[in-house]
Amino acid sequence: MHVHEKPIYESSHTVEGGNFDEAGKVASQIKANLKKVGLRKDVIMKAALVAYESEINIVSYAKKGMIQISVTAQKVNIEAIDEGQGIPDINLAMQEGYSTATSKIREMGFGAGMGLCNIKKFSDLFQITSEIGKGTHLKMVINIVNGS
Amino acid sequence: MTLNEVKEILDAEVLFGRDQLGMEVKTAFGADLMSDVLAFAKSGSLLLTGLTNPQVIRTSDILDIAAIIMVRGKKPAPETIRLAEELNIPILSTKYILFETAGRLYEKGIKGCLERVDSNFARP
Repeated sequence: MHVHEKPIYESSHTVEGGNFDEAGKVASQIKANLKKVGLRKDVIMKAALVAYESEINIVSYAKKGMIQISVTAQKVNIEAIDEGQGIPDINLAMQEGYSTATSKIREMGFGAGMGLCNIKKFSDLFQITSEIGKGTHLKMVINIVNGS
Repeated sequence: MTLNEVKEILDAEVLFGRDQLGMEVKTAFGADLMSDVLAFAKSGSLLLTGLTNPQVIRTSDILDIAAIIMVRGKKPAPETIRLAEELNIPILSTKYILFETAGRLYEKGIKGCLERVDSNFARP
C-alpha cells in the first residue's frame, strides 16, 4: 500500500508522568473510541494493549507525554512521545526481564521488564528512538488488512 | 459454568456485579503481574489475581476479561471498586489461595485460556 490513506479516526491524549492513580485511563478511552469506529475486535485489543503499556511507561518514567492515534482503512498508527529521562541502552531495555522499575511501579503489577517486549509483540511494526535527558519516542503500527 | 457456580465453588463474596452472575465462563488465567496478563490472558476469561489496585480493572477492561477473582482473601480499595463499576467488570473475592482457586475451578471444568507458552507465542 503506497497510497497515502486518509485517516478515518484521529486523537491525541496527554499523559501525566507520575500520576499512578490515573494510569490506564487514556488506553481505556482509546479502546472505547476504537469500538465506536467499528474496528475488528482483535485490532482494538492489540491497539489498546499497546497504548496501555506505552501509557504505563510514560507514567512510570517520564514527566509528561502524549499518545497519538490515527486509523486508516489499512492500519492503526500509534505514537507515544514523552519528555523524560530517555533510555541509555535500547537493546538492554528491549531485553525481556530487564527493568529499572521502582517499587511503586511493581506494586501496580508492572515493571518486570516486559512492557516494551509486549508492545513489540503485539505490533506489526515497532520503532523506538530515545535521547538521554530528552525523552523517548515509540511508533507502532497494527495492520487491519493483512499483508498491507 | 456460570459466574454464580464459580462463586459457589470458591465460597466467594461478590464485591461488584451481582447482576452478572448468570454469565457463562469457560476459561481462566491467573497471575499477579499485569504485563503477563496482557501478554497471555484471553477475552472472556476469568482473571485470578492477588493484586487489588485499579490497574487490575484497567487491564481487564483492555482485554475484555469476563470477571475478576481476587484470591487470598484480598479486598480492593474503594477506588478499584469504583472503577469496576464504571467499566462494568464483576469482582469476586475468595479466601482460597491462587493454587486452590485454580485447582477447584479446573476440577469442575474451567480450563486455562492457554495451556503453555511456547517461544513463538503471539496473540492470535
